[in-house]
Amino acid sequence: MKILVPVKRVIDYNVKVRVKADGSGVDLANVKMSMNPFDEIAVEEAIRLKEAGKATEVVLVSVGPQQAQETLRTGLAMGADRGILVKTDALTEPLAVAKILKGIVGEEEPGLVILGKQAIDDDCNQTGQMLAALLGWAQGTFANKLDLGEGTVDVTREVDGGLQTVQLKMPAVVTTDLRLNEPRYASLPNIMKAKKKPIDEKSPDDYGVDISPRLEVVATKEPPAREAGIKVASVAELVEKLKNEAGVL
Amino acid sequence: MTTLLVAEHSGSELNDATAKALSAASALGGEVHVLVAGKDCKGVAEQAAKLSGVAKVLVADGDGLGHQLAEATADLIVSMADVYDAFVAPATANGKNIMPRVAALLDVMQVSDITAVVDAETFERPIYAGNAIQTVKSIDPKKVVTVRTASFPAAEAGGSAAIEEVAAVSSDLSSFVGEKLQESDRPELTSAKVIISGGRALGSREQFQEVILPVADALGAAVGASRAAVDAGYAPNDWQVGQTGKVVAPDLYIACGISGAIQHLAGMKDSKVIVAINKDEEAPIFQVADYGLVADLFDVLPEFKAEVEKAKR
Repeated sequence: MKILVPVKRVIDYNVKVRVKADGSGVDLANVKMSMNPFDEIAVEEAIRLKEAGKATEVVLVSVGPQQAQETLRTGLAMGADRGILVKTDALTEPLAVAKILKGIVGEEEPGLVILGKQAIDDDCNQTGQMLAALLGWAQGTFANKLDLGEGTVDVTREVDGGLQTVQLKMPAVVTTDLRLNEPRYASLPNIMKAKKKPIDEKSPDDYGVDISPRLEVVATKEPPAREAGIKVASVAELVEKLKNEAGVL
Repeated sequence: MTTLLVAEHSGSELNDATAKALSAASALGGEVHVLVAGKDCKGVAEQAAKLSGVAKVLVADGDGLGHQLAEATADLIVSMADVYDAFVAPATANGKNIMPRVAALLDVMQVSDITAVVDAETFERPIYAGNAIQTVKSIDPKKVVTVRTASFPAAEAGGSAAIEEVAAVSSDLSSFVGEKLQESDRPELTSAKVIISGGRALGSREQFQEVILPVADALGAAVGASRAAVDAGYAPNDWQVGQTGKVVAPDLYIACGISGAIQHLAGMKDSKVIVAINKDEEAPIFQVADYGLVADLFDVLPEFKAEVEKAKR
């Protein structure tokens, strides 16, 4: 069984994001970019399934600019087999990405597509669900644990009240939550080996997908700042303030 | 225009998130119908009918909708889609699971996690873990929207909408196997008025239980945790407050031994009053706290509990 893992190049999670002065978006010039953390978990899970003998090949795909190739190399260095770069400099929305991925699924015929549950840039949390819808496949979102059966996969999901386990017919789409696994660091020899692994280059047109946005960005602004309050000296003072000043006790 | 609001419920109880999402749905300007999908959920429909601003409640009751799995629920919503211009759900685990599936089937780009309605097609939503707020306008003919419930007040009671049954659907793509839900008498995180949260400083699962829970009970508070505490296994996943966990806005939020990573702040900075207890006086949590106490939480929380009990008497 082949596993397809879509990965996104995003601002590194440690970078403090700045809104551009003209309100047109967030400043991406000269900031460190990395693989979306949830996607790293997806890559790790796919590699573990391969190592356990349950998958034969792990194929990565990224939709983005030329530099998204570095993101693919990161995943190849972790242990994925090959990559597909669907090159575009335009900002792509989840719906467009899901349509491109549908085209790739048609060519690659994976048994499982594992994606991060959300990208930490646009925080949309949509692509996996949309891909499952377009393919007419089952979806296991916010996965905490995967258990492969015969033609099915049991996905334990992080839901509002705790954990829920669902059984999905395969092929299926799974999206990862934080506790699914801890992604490995790539070793230097594997980073060197990854440089020789193949990456195919495609374009959205190859899949007949119109990627023009459906959401028009009207403005981007800083969130309202919260002012720091006061330091209290003792528990008694804290409780007194909460009761008499803030009125919340 | 007419809006379909997808209700969040347990099968027997309507979740407060529905009343909050209703405020957002009403702000779109059209008539609002509420869809209650589930198994044996007619009682929930009666609760939904009492919310002010609901024109009609639609109940789809069937075995195949029992756990509101995404495949069947999305098919149900799409089967009713012709007469609706907008589809709204709270951004709960269910809403996040189901609505993008609906959006893709309708060929619509969803607007996720909105914090404000500007007009019927323009919304504000946080990006980059709340470090920027974007205003976006949807050019799709139909709108699919999920609502950050912490940003909207709950719609009040006082309605008496008609209840109609609609045909249930099922899907053989997925099936429910089991669930492990946290049993608790404490208030639910997303609707609690007071929340006390613990971070990595708690040091262990046992200490988290021993130190945080008694204070929570004295306050009548819900219990939250930072991602670090959840990752370390000190607290269950459904207690996580933050951009990737739950987003809360209680009247009082007490952060104990939480440094204040951006990720965590994104989940609680809209709280009315924030208290931080941390022994590191440089911790970023103090920059958003109304009241900061620089102290070791193990020293002061027992005293805090006693003072709270005294103050509440």
